[in-house]
Order: sequence, then structure tokens, then C-alpha cells
Amino acid sequence: MEAQLNELKTHALDKIAAASNVKELNAVRVAYLGKKGPITDLLKGMGKLPAEERPKMGALVNVVREEVTARLEERMAILEEQAINEKLQSETIDITLPGRPVKSGNAHPLTRVIEEIEDLFISMGYEIEEGPEVEKDYYNFEALNLPKGHPARDMQDSFYISEDILLRTHTSPVQARTMEAKGGEPIKIICPGKVYRRDNDDATHSHQFTQIEGLVIGEDIRMSDLKGTLSVFAKKMFGEDREIRLRPSFFPFTEPSVEMDISCFKCGGEGCNVCKKTGWIEILGAGMVHPNVLEMAGYDSKRLTGFAFGMGPERIAMLKYGIEDIRHFYTNDVRFLSQFQRTEV
Amino acid sequence: MLVSIKWLKDYVNTQDLPPAELGEKITRAGIEVDAVIDRSEGLSNIVVGHVESCVKHPEADKLNICQVNVGEETTQIICGAPNIAAGQNVIVARPGARLPGGMKIKKAKLRGEESNGMICSLQELGIEGKLVPKAYAEGIYVLPENAEVGSDVITNFDLDDTVLELGLTPNRADAMSMLGVAYEVGAILEERVKLPEITYKEAEDKASSMLTLNIDSPEANPLYVAKVVRGIEVKESPMWLQQRLMAAGVRPHNNVVDVTNYVLMEYGQPLHAFDYDLLETGNITVRHAKKDELITTLDGNERKLSLNNLVITNGEKPVALAGVMGGANSEVSKDTKTVVIESAYFESGSIRQTSKEHNLRSDASSRYEKGVDPNRVIPAAERAAQLLSELAGGEVLAGSVIFDQLQREEKVVNVSPDFINSRLGMKIRFDDMLDILNRLQFKTEAMNNQLMISVPTRRQDIQIEEDIVEEIARLYGYDEIPSTLPETATSPGGLSPYQQKRRIVRNYMEGAGLLQATTYSLTSEKSATQFAMKQTELTRLLMPMSEERSTLRQSLLPHLLESVSYNTARRIDSVALYETGSVFLKGQDELLNEEEHLAIAVTGLWLDNSWQGEKKAVDFFVVKGIVEGLAVKLDVELDFERGELDGLHPGRTAFITLDGRRIGVIGQLHPNEQKARDLKTTIVMELSLAELFKEQTEALVYTQVPRYPSITRDVALVLSKIVEAGTIEKLIRSAGGKLLKDVRVFDLYEGDNLEAGKKSVAFSLTYFDPEKTLTDEEVTAVHEKVVAALIESGAELRS
Repeated sequence: MEAQLNELKTHALDKIAAASNVKELNAVRVAYLGKKGPITDLLKGMGKLPAEERPKMGALVNVVREEVTARLEERMAILEEQAINEKLQSETIDITLPGRPVKSGNAHPLTRVIEEIEDLFISMGYEIEEGPEVEKDYYNFEALNLPKGHPARDMQDSFYISEDILLRTHTSPVQARTMEAKGGEPIKIICPGKVYRRDNDDATHSHQFTQIEGLVIGEDIRMSDLKGTLSVFAKKMFGEDREIRLRPSFFPFTEPSVEMDISCFKCGGEGCNVCKKTGWIEILGAGMVHPNVLEMAGYDSKRLTGFAFGMGPERIAMLKYGIEDIRHFYTNDVRFLSQFQRTEV
Repeated sequence: MLVSIKWLKDYVNTQDLPPAELGEKITRAGIEVDAVIDRSEGLSNIVVGHVESCVKHPEADKLNICQVNVGEETTQIICGAPNIAAGQNVIVARPGARLPGGMKIKKAKLRGEESNGMICSLQELGIEGKLVPKAYAEGIYVLPENAEVGSDVITNFDLDDTVLELGLTPNRADAMSMLGVAYEVGAILEERVKLPEITYKEAEDKASSMLTLNIDSPEANPLYVAKVVRGIEVKESPMWLQQRLMAAGVRPHNNVVDVTNYVLMEYGQPLHAFDYDLLETGNITVRHAKKDELITTLDGNERKLSLNNLVITNGEKPVALAGVMGGANSEVSKDTKTVVIESAYFESGSIRQTSKEHNLRSDASSRYEKGVDPNRVIPAAERAAQLLSELAGGEVLAGSVIFDQLQREEKVVNVSPDFINSRLGMKIRFDDMLDILNRLQFKTEAMNNQLMISVPTRRQDIQIEEDIVEEIARLYGYDEIPSTLPETATSPGGLSPYQQKRRIVRNYMEGAGLLQATTYSLTSEKSATQFAMKQTELTRLLMPMSEERSTLRQSLLPHLLESVSYNTARRIDSVALYETGSVFLKGQDELLNEEEHLAIAVTGLWLDNSWQGEKKAVDFFVVKGIVEGLAVKLDVELDFERGELDGLHPGRTAFITLDGRRIGVIGQLHPNEQKARDLKTTIVMELSLAELFKEQTEALVYTQVPRYPSITRDVALVLSKIVEAGTIEKLIRSAGGKLLKDVRVFDLYEGDNLEAGKKSVAFSLTYFDPEKTLTDEEVTAVHEKVVAALIESGAELRS
């Protein structure tokens, strides 16, 4: 019987080694270790043995069964891994195929510029004020020290709807309205919005465009505060190493009035095509709020002073992104708009 | 304003600064120098030549063979100018010479004849054609007889000059004259201004013996000075005068007209010269025009006048449009023997109105409009008399004929140094302030720490303390101002709830895959109300530039659709745009009711993942889904009710409602509209953000994550096609009671296996009890109630 057992073991181990896949190996398991297999048979047949031989034989059969089982498990592990590898091999994909597109739009470049400026000033404690695009002559001109008959408010330059109502030509009426509403209290605001002028549309003119203005009114607001504020703006918006310079200018609603240049962000001041070889780029107009404007809105110009500044997001976007034609902003060519998907941090 | 530096040096020492450096200093002090123009740029080897003989070229009709003495030699030059003649002194570009535009002169043969250089026109020297005297406009320029043959043209005729082009802001009318610029440069460079010395010999006869003067409108013409110069010879001006005028952008005519223009440029005071004999009456009367009175101005146009126009008359008929342009009937010509020089102060408003009314701007009107210096009116007249006596051989009659009611005191501005420093945030020393005011040649008295400044009348822009602050700051240098930040109490800053919601909408729309567009607010009358839900009366501009941009829009969609068409016409077939912007509705107020709207327009494929077989064209539900998602973001409950709107597909349009108010519309473009716009299936949506943002969103408080499972039951129904899923859903919800948590359509079938006119809709119903695990029996009981209600409503269960 012992010999029979050894033969059985040899056969079983041969079959295990010969099994080439999990299925065959499982068949071997069933054949040798199953309920109807020879080992079970042997154990069942133990009863026929004399009682003194039973323990010895029992132990022997168990040794064989354990060895067969162990070898079978070993083989099973190998075959299973082999099977997985084959499966993985067959499941290999072409990873160079494109991914499932995620539909994603983006903001208009003007919105992008305006929000960037808004956020910058919000971080410095400014609020955002808006006002109507169809405005009263009073807020658009008169309250801003542009009385009737002033050359800068020619009918030819503005879109009037009636003698007294027009499409605002700048966002400054929002300042006038805010001053009036605040009734003499300090102010710190940014006013973005659409404005309109009677221009023929071409590469550098648009009858509709955007502006963003700032106004600060308080006790002892000085020109140095304006310069400091604009300097922070220039650095945050155009790069930490930007220098600014102020040049005297003229606006009816500020006195003194200045224009602000920044050192060219392309060449750093060396002179290039962006700055027209001057090293400086004109960015905005600003000044100290004219006492007439303060008085008209009910402020005591001896006690409270202020500064204001204003700029064109179109111009800033054109400079920043190298856009050559202002009409791109209003044509909505998808090939233009979608270029502003990516971020710039 | 064009400023010749050579000319400027007559009045102020420019310290021989290189022109670019001078320009930069002027710019930094407040007047922007737009360009620095070197008049001799590209010019070399150009000399005075004397044409000794001139004969026709045997081989060419239009060419002449000239023997030209150029100093060193007499050489042959071929010339094609029609006005070339023997005996002339001409401008010769010698072989090797350079002309503007990089042209280089070489020896050449023209039709077999040698040509050693070129006889030049002024245009060929880089002078604009419109500035070249008319006599030489079509040919070569002829130099004066006394020009030294062989001498350098560039230096002898002042072409070795640089012109600064000033971009003047409206307040700096004072710099519209050479003297004004001299004061500015003097202040910058700390140099005093030297005024022209005016001396001339007067005749014994008085001007008033030949001319009488009446001013009928002293309010519009408070000062009028007339000088009479007789025995003049009208001819070409000397070269220096012609060159100065051309450098200043003025075309030379004859010595009389040139003198008036020269003094205009020098003093900023417009002058006019009348032919005394053509005045006929020996009288000048200034009055307002009669209605429809006629005058032919110097530009040859006959103009019908209005009561607003101020005219100069000879007592009977107009001879000039005051301050704007002279009349043809009294124009100085070569036959003129006696001239009347007018120097007057006209009120700026009156001139502006006349100039605008006749659409006629001149060097004179542009100065009057901004206000001339009242203290230069008389000196300018004297200066012109002097130059006429020098250059036209005239005899100036004694005295002037004058009317003078003009107030012209200097404005006094009082300001304290503390005020100046506190406005600037600086600590400028008192002495430095005084020094700057002195440089400006402002008379200043200092008393009790107060500056009393008499502002010269040439600086009419300086009226208040702040103006002095600016003068001090700009000459002290803006670079010296320190950088500080406002020290006033800071507010937290931030966006209003409305502004925050606008940004939420923007981010959501972009996350949903839409590109933000921006279109124009002005549109045509025709499309102003197209697709508008609330149509009001149109708002038209008084003076539109075109019909296309004449009226304010009442809907964003027409322009947004134009943008879509723009793209599809360029073969971009799938377009998904959104815009937020105002529409303009008539309200009760004189201002319009501006309502901010959101609009969407999509066409083509919404999803395009072709290689995986996923393709989805846009349809109504794509856009509806976006709106539904937006409602979730903003915590509002939107409903959709079937509706119709012109331009939209009648079966595929819904109004979007909020609390029963219609706030928007969503739909597919009507096939006719699509065709007209050359579009394929296009879905649009527009809603009022103002309405959408009205309600404040409620505070967000979380609901507990379910602790008990929910149970789902499906029900498939066969319905008449006209029954809407929404109706059935409502029915299910009301029958399902509070255990029914959610109802969702999961299948729709309209096909051959169904009776005609029927469709099959399958719903998935989710039951849930937050308090406990529902038993099958409990769910069945409710579900059977739902099914019974459905059957009662006429729906059939699909087997």
C-alpha cells in the first residue's frame, strides 16, 4: 500500500507540473484530492487495514496529501499569475489616443483683465461700484467739471438719446453718483463698465469699449498716495520690477492731472517695438479730484481730498497679450476667445 | 503745434540741448512732445545752382538740357520740371547727394544726354506738398536772385533745423504760439524770455483818417485794433520767412498773408489783412450776421449765415467771418496797395459756435475757441505793422483805429506753501517754490506764509490754488513725489452679493463649456427687439453713425447669433457662446431701465469624442440642463412652461419662470431664422439676471446623510404623445406622498412597436424614509397608489 501511495504521489506531482493553466490544474486537484479521488479512496480504505497499521498509514497518507496540496498551490500561484499577465497583455490600450474631452469655456479677455484689476484693488480694501450705461448729461459731464459748452463734450463725440440723456462716454459718472450717494463720507471704489464714443470702428478705435476707474476720497489724501497706489498696481499687474513715472497732463475733473507710464514689460526699458523705443508705456490717466467736482457732490474740498485714476482694459489687454486690433474683442471669433483658456500664474 | 527750434531760439536760450533731450524735458514738464522731426534728415550735398542756359532735349519733349553753375563748375543737368528757365537760381542735388527716403543721386544719361545731378522741388527735400507755395507746387523751387551760387542749401535756408511736434491738451492754449512755448521752455531751462523788439517809422497821416470803426456787438468783440499800411508791394516773402512758416506747417502765399500768419504763430493772436481799396467804404463794422446773409470765404465756398455768426462788414456787406476766415471780396492780391490789419479779441463761445455751424476750422478759429491772450492783441498788430514795413515796403499810418472795452487784469491766486505740500505729500522748501514761480515769470509776493501770485493773462488755465500746486509739482519734478498709501481708515472692500452672483454665473457657464462673448449694445432698429421677451418702445440715438448702430438692444440674442454665424461662416461648426450684458428698456424714468441679462447660443456638436463613438449634437435639453444646473447653484426654483416667441421653433420653446414670473426663454431657432442666419440647428436662451439675483439665497444648512437605504421602483407607461412628462411627474409626486423622494425619467420610446400617437415613458421612483428602513410592503402600498393614480389619469402600464 505504501508503494501504491508513492506511485500515486509521483503521478499527481507529474500531473501538477504538466498542468498548463488554472483549469487543467483544477482538474488535477479534483482528480487527486477531490471527494472521489484516489487519496480519499485510500483513506476510506483504511478501515480494512489492521488496527495497528492504521496510524502509520494515516500519517503517511496525510504527508502525501499535504505535499500534493502544497505543490498544487505553488503551481496554482504560478499559473494564476501567468493568467493575469496574459489578461493584462490582451487588455493593453493605445495610450496615445486622445482622452475624452472635458468641455470647458473661459472668460472673455476683457473680463479677465477687469477681474484681475478688481481683485487687486479689493485686496487693498476697495469696493466695486457700477452705474447705468445710459446716463444723464449731468453725471457724465456737468458734475465732472465739464459744464455745457465745454469743448471736450462735443455732441459729435457722444451718442445722445435726447438733449439730456446720452450713452456714458466714460465710467466717471459712477464716481459722481457714488460721491453724491455717500453724502460727504470717505470713498474707496473701483468702477468698471462699458462706455461709448462716437468713433468709427477700426484697428485702434471702437464705438463701444470698457473702462475701469478708481476713486479714493478721505482726509489728507495726497498725490503721493496716488503715486504709491499706482505703483502697487503696476507691479502686481505687470511684474514686480516695473517702475512707474508720472507725467503732467490734463483732465477737467482732476487737478493736478497726470498720465502714468510703466517701464516696458517687454524690454525692461531698453526700448523695443512695444514701447516704441522709449522704454515706457502709457497705461492710465489720473489726478487729484478737482475741488469743483468735490464741491458739486457736496464734499467740503478744504477738508476732504481725493485721487482718481482710469484706464482702458482693451489697451491693457492689447499690450499684455500683444493683440493688434481692438475689433477682436467684439467679433467673438472662437479662435480668438479660446486662447484665453489658459492661466498665467 | 509745430515748433522750429531755430525759430524758438529767437526768444529763449535753448542751451544748445540736443533736440531729443529738449523734447524729453518738455514732455516731462507737462507738454507731450509727440515727435522730434529733423528737417535735414537724409539730406546731403545739396547746393545753390544758377541755370545758365536751358534748351529742349532733342529726344524728349518734356525734358530740358540745362547748363548749371554750381560754384565749382558749370555742369549739365537734365530737368523735367515745367517751370525751369535760364537765369534761375535753383536747388541742385549733386552726384553723391542724398534725398529723403534714401534716394542717392548719381551721374546718369537721360535719352543719351549726360545729367550730373538733379534740380529739386521742395517736395524732393522732404517738405509736404500742401506746404509748398502754390507757384512751385508743380515744379522746381526757385531761389532768390541774391542766393550765393555753390553755397549749401541746407544751412543757408534753415533746413538744418529740428521741429518739435507738441501734442497739446486743451488747457495749454498758451503753448499754441512760439512765445508761449518760449515761456514754457524758459521755465524748464531757467532762462528768461526775450520778446521781439517792435520799432518802425510811422507816417504822419493817421490811420483814423482813412478808416472808421463801429463795434455793434461789444460782448462778442470787446477789443478790435486796426492798422493801416499803404504803399506796399505784394510779392514773395524772403526765404527765412517762408522756411519758418513751412516748418510751422503753414503754406507761404505772399508777404502780406505770410506776415499775418507769422505773427499768428509767433504771438498766438490771429490777424487778418483786408485789401483797403476792396473794402470800398473805408469803414469796418462788426456785427452779428443777418439771417441767410451770404459770404464767400477765402476757401471759395459761399456760406449762408445765421444770427449767431459774428461778421466783419464794410458797413454794408460782410467781408469776413469774424475769427474764422476772411471773405473773398476783400482778399489781398498782387495788386493790393493798401492793407488794413485786423487784430481782435473775439469771445471763444461765439467763434466755437460759428466754426462748428459751418464745419470750418482754421488756425485762427482753433485759437479763438480756446481763448487768446487779451494782452497780446495790440502788440500783435504792432508786430505785423513792423514786419509789413520791413518786408513789403509799406508805410504804416500813425496810430491805430481801436475799440477797447476788454477787461484784462491778471488773476491773483493766493496759496500757502503748506497747502501745496499737503496736497502733494511732499516737503518742498518755500524758496524752491518761489524759484519755480519766478522761472514761470509769475509775479509773486510772499506775505505771512502766503504766496500771492499774479498769473499772466497768457496762462488762462491757472485759476485756483490746485493749478498752482500743479505748476510747482510739474517743474519740481513728479519723480520727486514719494510713494505712499492712503492712511484713511480702510474698509474691508469686496464684491456686493449681486457682483458675487455674477461671477458665480460666469464660472458656472465656463465650467459648463461655454465661451464668454461680448457684443455691441447698439444695433439696428430692426433687430433691437428681436427675441426680446419684454418689448418696449425703441430707444434711438439722435445722431447715429449708421443704421446698424442706431438703436439700443432689448435682447442680447441678435448680436450673439451674429457672432455664432461669424464663426460658422469660418467653418467652425460647433460654437457655444454666452454673454452677460445690459438690455435697455423704456421705463417711466427718463433714464432707461437697464436690465442685465444672460444669453446662450449653441450650435453644432455639444459632445465630440468621435473615436469612441460618442457624438451629441446640441439640442433643447443641453441648454435646459445648463439652466437647471444654474438654478441649483443659485438656489432658485425655476419652472419651464411651453411657450412661443417670434423667431423660435413653436414646438421647442419654453419660458423660464421664477415664482410665476417669466424671467427668460429657451428654444431652438425657427428653421426660417436658421436659414436666414445661415445656421444649422441652434439653441438659444436668454434670462434676466436682475430677476434671477433678486432673492437672497438662504443660509446653507446640511441635511443628514441618509442612514437608511432607499428603495427604487420603476414604472413604464404608454401615453398619448401630447401628454407631457412633466404632467405625469407632478401626478406621481402628488400620489407618492412624503415617502417618494425622487422621480426621474429614464427612458423615452416613440417607435413602431407602439400604437400611432402613443409614446412610452419610463420613470424611476425612489422611496425613502429618513426615520427607518422601509419594508417591501410599505413601499408596495405607496407604489400601488401611484400606479392607480396613473391608470386613473389614462396612462397604460407597459407590459
